[in-house]
Parts: sequence; structure tokens; C-alpha cells
Amino acid sequence: MRPLHILFFLCAMSVALPANAEKITVAAAADLKFAMDEIVTSFKQENVGDEVEVIYGSSGKFNTQIQQGAPYDLYFSADIAFPRALAKAGLAASEVTPYAFGRIVLWSATMDATQMTLESLLDAGITRIAIANPRHAPYGKRAEEALRSSGLWEKVEPKLVYGENIAHTAQFVQSGNAQVGIIALALAVNPGLAGKGGYWLIPDKLHEPLEQGFIITKRAEGKPLAKRFSDYMSSKSARAVMTKYGFVLPDETLAQP
Amino acid sequence: MHLSDSDLQAIWLTIRLASIVTLILLLVGTPIAWWLARTKAWWKGPIGAVVALPLVLPPSVLGFYLLLGMGPNGPVGHLTEALGIGLLPFTFWGLVVASVFYSLPFMVQPLQSAFESIGERPLEVAATLRASPLDAFFTVVVPLAWPGFLSASILTFAHTVGEFGVVLMIGGNIPGETRVASVQIYDHVEALEYMQAHNLSAVMLVFSFVVLLTIYVWRPARRAA
Repeated sequence: MRPLHILFFLCAMSVALPANAEKITVAAAADLKFAMDEIVTSFKQENVGDEVEVIYGSSGKFNTQIQQGAPYDLYFSADIAFPRALAKAGLAASEVTPYAFGRIVLWSATMDATQMTLESLLDAGITRIAIANPRHAPYGKRAEEALRSSGLWEKVEPKLVYGENIAHTAQFVQSGNAQVGIIALALAVNPGLAGKGGYWLIPDKLHEPLEQGFIITKRAEGKPLAKRFSDYMSSKSARAVMTKYGFVLPDETLAQP
Repeated sequence: MHLSDSDLQAIWLTIRLASIVTLILLLVGTPIAWWLARTKAWWKGPIGAVVALPLVLPPSVLGFYLLLGMGPNGPVGHLTEALGIGLLPFTFWGLVVASVFYSLPFMVQPLQSAFESIGERPLEVAATLRASPLDAFFTVVVPLAWPGFLSASILTFAHTVGEFGVVLMIGGNIPGETRVASVQIYDHVEALEYMQAHNLSAVMLVFSFVVLLTIYVWRPARRAA
């Protein structure tokens, strides 16, 4: 084939996608890494041809980026306050939908964290404790609150190192550079991490609830796929995945040990 | 314009980091640059390429390797623990080690070209006057190559100040220890504190401009001399 023919062929190919195929980009808080991957996989099985691209990062950063016109169609924040503020600023095309409550855990890759409590962080053997940056990462804020309300903050502060988001924090612990970390339950139950030193669930009365919420952004207004994906979040299978990863769903009771 | 205490702390930390790294690289980079400028060995090419690697490698690659390498399961981590230094990630000295790698080409390459431009002749003359090689280096090469030393040091200092990705990956964002100015700005932006981000960014912008201006204004003057 001559080059021109190839070019024509490629153009024809690109037009020949299924007529109703759509594409959306989802910005999701890092704690959703494993849960959202599963949800998207099952969503795609039911919506063949549609593309859902997920970008994981810190909720605060996505919030800033959306304010500056970032091309995200849906925004899942670990702190519902961010999407609420965006909606208030007219940057949402949907109601702010609460989708889960997150939980924080003590997790270690090298020690048996199931036998730990927050007091264990005072042990001399523990020299580095990773938490997410409390200034902008919701899980970091809750970790700080839990440490403060147990009266441990001042004592452990010199040992703290701060991850950029909750997945980055988990990575500090996974690489062994911090012996323990306070991370999202949703990450700690993932088989890849759970197989290590185990985790201890931090009582949720020690911190404010980690209420999480999502919105369809203004730029995705009228995109049917964005609406369909948002509806899918309340489907039975999506809820099952969220529960599997330790999220408490909004209409369930928060009562947990 | 108002800079908070933590901003000033970050600036001071950045200056301290960049100064120490520049000093270390002057000591380490000079022999490397000298060897690269003089050698005819076949492995000059490979060594030169290794020195230049940080120019093209994404900082995330460097950060990733350093995090694992200096961690408790890495070779460097084993070494530092055996020496009783402890682990380097999340420490100021860990940043120093990382920055030495990161800024290495910015010291070596300007020095190498300064040494190369001196040529053989002055050294041959020095040798006929019975100067030892070390003597010749300090009395002939250093005075002739001092503009090279100056620009290499300024570039190294400035490049270390501009470091971000590596620090984010191995620093752990500890105030007064690893929270340098670039990370502090990132935190301000993430926390939606745009005013503080503006202030500190302006400081960095002015600093960078002045540094580059110094080098560019002063270069033609040197040629004319």
C-alpha cells in the first residue's frame, strides 16, 4: 500500500468505532485504587465498547485541578467537603453523592500490626511512622485526629513522615522505610498488602468520619456515560465491591468495632 | 509579601542542602571531570554517559531506585545500618546523597569543558618547570579554569534548589529536615493556600532569574577578557 492509502485506511479505522462508544475520565482518591479498578472492570463488562479511564491521586490535588479546568468527568473525593465546595462554585453537573465512609488502620509490612494499638507507636523500636499529609490529604487529617484524641500526637510527631496521598503513604511502609503507617482500610485489605504484617482497625470514635463523595463535573454535563457510571455506583455489584474493600456504605450504620 | 516561619525554614533548609551538595560535588566532581577531560581510555564514553544520566532520567526513576536502594532491604540500606548511620530515606543526609547524584552532571560537565579548553600546553610547560602533577593542577589548572569552577558551582547549587521529584519520593516531607522550598510550595497549592504559594514561588522565581542572569551576563565578559 502507498502511504496515502495507509493514511486513509487509518482514518477510516478511527471513524469505524461503535457508534455509541463513549469515553470518560474519572479522577479518584488514592484509597479507591483497588476497589475502583474492580468496579470499572465489571462496569465495562456490562457496557462493552465504552471506555472509562481512572486517574488516582490526592483528593486535594484533583480539587485544585478541576477548579482550573482539568478534563475529568467524575470526581471521587476521600473528603466530601471538596466536591461540596466545587458544587457551590458551580463546577458540578450533579448533586454531591456520598458513596462511602472510609476507615483508617495501622498497617505494617514488617511487624505484626494486628497485635498493635496506637500506644504501640511509642515503642522505641518504631522510628518512622508514615501518615498522609494532614494539610491536604483527608486520610492524613483523620490520622492526626486519631493521634491527637489519644493524646499521642506530641510524642509521635518526631517520628512522622508524610506521604503525598494515602497510596504514597502505603508505599513508604511497603518498602520498609517506615515500620508502620496509618493508611486506608481499603488499601490494607488488598491481597498484595494484607499478606504482609497485617493491620489493626483504628476505632472510628477517635476521629471525624471520613465521609466520601463524588460529583459529575460541569464539563461532563450531558455526557450519558458519566451519568450511567454514576448510577452504577449504587448498583448491587458496585456496592459489593466497596463493602469488600472495607468501605461502609452511606445508608449502612457506622456501628463497627 | 509575607513568608511564614515554615516558609523561611524551608528556604533555609534548601540553602543548606544546596550548599552542602555543591561543596561535596566540588570535591567529588573535580577529579571525575579532570579524568574525563584528560583520559584517552575507551571507557571514557561509558563513564561520561553515566555521569550525564541524571540529565535525562526522570527524577521518579532516581527517586524510586534510591528509595529501595537506601531502604532497609537495599544494598545501601544494609551498608548504612552496618555502619551505624541508620537508614537514609526521610533524613536530611538522604537528600544530600540523592542530590549529589541528581546534580552530578551540572558540576562535572562545565568543569570538564573548562579543563578541556586549557589544553596540553600549559601543563607541559609546568612539567618542564618540574611542577608535580598536583602542583600543576593547583597553580596552573585551577587559576585558568576558575570561571568553569564558578559556573559549575552556581549551576549545581541552582539545580539542587530546583529539585522536587526525588525529594518528594524519598524525603517524607518532614519540616526542618526534608521539607525543602519546592515541596513546601507543592503543599501550599494542594492545601489551596494560593497566597502562600504565590509568595514562596515569587522568591524562587527571582532567585532563579538572578542566578541565570549572573551566568549569562558574566559569560561574554569572560570571553572578551
